[in-house]
Amino acid sequence: MTATDAPTLDTPDAQAGLVPARRRFTPPSSALGLLGLVGFAVLLEVLPRTGIVSRDYFPPLSAMVTAMVDEVQTAGFWDAMTETLLGWGIGLGISLVAGIALGLLLGSVEVLRRYTASTIEFLRPVPSVALIPLAVLLFGFQLQSTLLLVIYASFWQVLIQVLYGVQDVDPVARETARSYQLGPVARLRYLIWPTALPYVMTGVRLAAAVALILAVTAGLVGVGRGLGAEIAVAQSSGAVPLVYGLVITTGLLGVVINLLARALERRTLSWHSSMRADIGG
Amino acid sequence: MSDPTATPTGRTALLDVAKVQKTYTGQGRTVEAVRDLTFSVGNGELVCIVGPSGAGKTTLLKVIAGLLEPTSGTVTLDGTQVTGPPPSMAVVFQEYGRSLFPWMTVEQNVELPLKQKKMAKERRAELVRDALEAVGLAEAHSAYPWQLSGGMQQRVAIARAVAYQPQVLLMDEPFAAVDAQTRADLEDLIRSLWHKLGVTILFVTHDIDESVYLGERVLVLSSSPTVIMEDLTIDLPDERNQLDTRSSPRFAELRHHVYEQIQLAKHRRGGEPAPAGATGASAATTPA
Amino acid sequence: MQTVLRWGRSLFVALALPVVLVTLWWVLSAGSTNYYSPPLQTILTTFGEVWFGPRLVDDVLPSVTRLVIGYAGAVVLGVGLGILLGANRTLRRLTEPVLEFFRAIPPPALIPILFLFAGIGDTAKIIVIVFGAIWPVLLNTVEGVRAVDEVLSDTSRSYGVSGWARMRHLVLPSASPQIIAGMRQALSISIILMVISELFGSFNGLGFAIIQFQRSFAIPEMWSGILLLGILGFVMSLLFALFERRSLRWYHGLRRSQRGEK
Repeated sequence: MTATDAPTLDTPDAQAGLVPARRRFTPPSSALGLLGLVGFAVLLEVLPRTGIVSRDYFPPLSAMVTAMVDEVQTAGFWDAMTETLLGWGIGLGISLVAGIALGLLLGSVEVLRRYTASTIEFLRPVPSVALIPLAVLLFGFQLQSTLLLVIYASFWQVLIQVLYGVQDVDPVARETARSYQLGPVARLRYLIWPTALPYVMTGVRLAAAVALILAVTAGLVGVGRGLGAEIAVAQSSGAVPLVYGLVITTGLLGVVINLLARALERRTLSWHSSMRADIGG
Repeated sequence: MSDPTATPTGRTALLDVAKVQKTYTGQGRTVEAVRDLTFSVGNGELVCIVGPSGAGKTTLLKVIAGLLEPTSGTVTLDGTQVTGPPPSMAVVFQEYGRSLFPWMTVEQNVELPLKQKKMAKERRAELVRDALEAVGLAEAHSAYPWQLSGGMQQRVAIARAVAYQPQVLLMDEPFAAVDAQTRADLEDLIRSLWHKLGVTILFVTHDIDESVYLGERVLVLSSSPTVIMEDLTIDLPDERNQLDTRSSPRFAELRHHVYEQIQLAKHRRGGEPAPAGATGASAATTPA
Repeated sequence: MQTVLRWGRSLFVALALPVVLVTLWWVLSAGSTNYYSPPLQTILTTFGEVWFGPRLVDDVLPSVTRLVIGYAGAVVLGVGLGILLGANRTLRRLTEPVLEFFRAIPPPALIPILFLFAGIGDTAKIIVIVFGAIWPVLLNTVEGVRAVDEVLSDTSRSYGVSGWARMRHLVLPSASPQIIAGMRQALSISIILMVISELFGSFNGLGFAIIQFQRSFAIPEMWSGILLLGILGFVMSLLFALFERRSLRWYHGLRRSQRGEK
């Protein structure tokens, strides 16, 4: 902040972990969070039991868990899980490779970037679910249908972030690289890629979340198999506790994917001074 | 206007700081930022507070402004004890980039506090215009703060304080982050505003030259935990300018004296040792 | 003259690739006998016939209405609850894991559950959109409200800016970049949910119509529907970009000046 002043310790409250003396006891956030989760679980159990909400629509948590415990012992569940994870993983992988390659190419070649900008701006907001009927016609109920939806949705997340990242290359560094006559490969390796990496990781995180949404949705609307299809079957056969159990399962899957993506981001960027907010995305 | 040889007792006290102490506690350790401070500022005085880095100056200022509660002791403004930010006090912070609202124009920034005072629209417009004119920014009223240079941004913050028509103006190292030339201009701006408005100013700085040049009185603080080392009356002529005042023998003496006090403070508190061979002449500016 | 030239050039740059692509599609599909990819000309003719008829009122209007109401509901509720949680530390810590869990659930998976409660009418579809799109707005608002600058907050306090004025002049504007980023994510989720919610036991709407076309093998009609959804998505994101540019002009200016690109 200050231009002429060396950093000082003028404000003790700016020092790590120091708070004004009046606030004595604040429990650590993880304990409160756990309390919140437990409270939420109790609510899920008690509300239906007291009859405040109908058990037909909203079975107690214990019933959901029981249904889920039965479900995980069936082979069908694990097939569905595998199918969803395959659609998610393969689709995400293709999006990453394509998005990063195309992003680096378009980002580093000024002419290409300018001439493709409007097309990207038009295609990006096209909702991937618009492709559902097309996917069904082309691939029926095969994995390719799911992949089409997953890739279309997650590809743009990666591409856009990579484009932002390449644009963020410091002008001075660019000039320096030019004056030392670095070749295209060296420029990519030592200049563009390190700058773009934090953005790429943001893209990976966003794309991983979107890919899961579409992998589950595909099954839900009858395009693919997987967990979404399990939910749809459970719903149409009136197995309400199982519907809840499966939805909770997809939620937990989402949490795990999110945590993994964040861990990957932190590991990759541990050298980086500032973890960027994804406001620019 | 004001008697250059005014002493602390020469005027009616407007602001009273009595036995103020401030302690921070955090995971297992306690930091006593301010130990025991007692002083008063007379109505219409310009008092500078100077002290080494880490002397708890900002803490003290926040306590006076009612932004922090002291652990013990009291601050009294015009006979009323300060328990929250008093309406007759305005603060100018060091970080001009963070004290102006970036989503408001210069004009809106100056006007916002006046709106909170439920002032009539015409009166607000008049005050905003006058204040911006007084700091030399009449032209920039519709610009956004981030379109201005650092020095100009700090002028906006000063205009906002002036338009607020406070009894007491608190300034927390307001010029620490601007370049030397701008700093000199802003110092003269403060002196002239003070003459014109007759407002009471409490000016916190770590720059010894600045404190001597600006103040009628200089309070020298020790290192943390902070006490007052000396309450020094600056007997320079009331009409000051960067060239003559700063090269006058009396200025050099006063600066030398304050510098020695601060070196002493460092030794006495057992903090960082004083720089070897410090004479007070060359190293007297930023203790960085 | 100079500006006209510059305008002309940027227009050319913007339109060149789209024109090439559409022309290619037009030419390559012109004589198409492939059942699944009819000539573009046929698709465009069908587009006019299908969507500028009664379907505009019967299908497009209900879809867009539900989208707008649902999205607005998600934004208002998300910002409101976000402010509440952002301002109250204990409440925030208590609810954070639960909210993160809800955010992680793929929103369409909630449709079967919400339909259990609310039937399959308009209200249910709107609830689906609200429930799916609220999370990014809510969590981003919490983040934004928490991150109000300390100096700015002190400044407001010392000038007596408190209560509603503090919310309006300090907290909301300072959180707005985060809130708007969340709103952008929420918009694409809303459009997805608008379509998906119409695939389940519905009797009108864009998603309903398109899936009907596909099931009855009305291929050009289906293509025209995909095209319309694409245009809808594009128009929505265009409107959003305009809104964002207006409300975050200060933010982008601030960022540019911080990066030294005055």
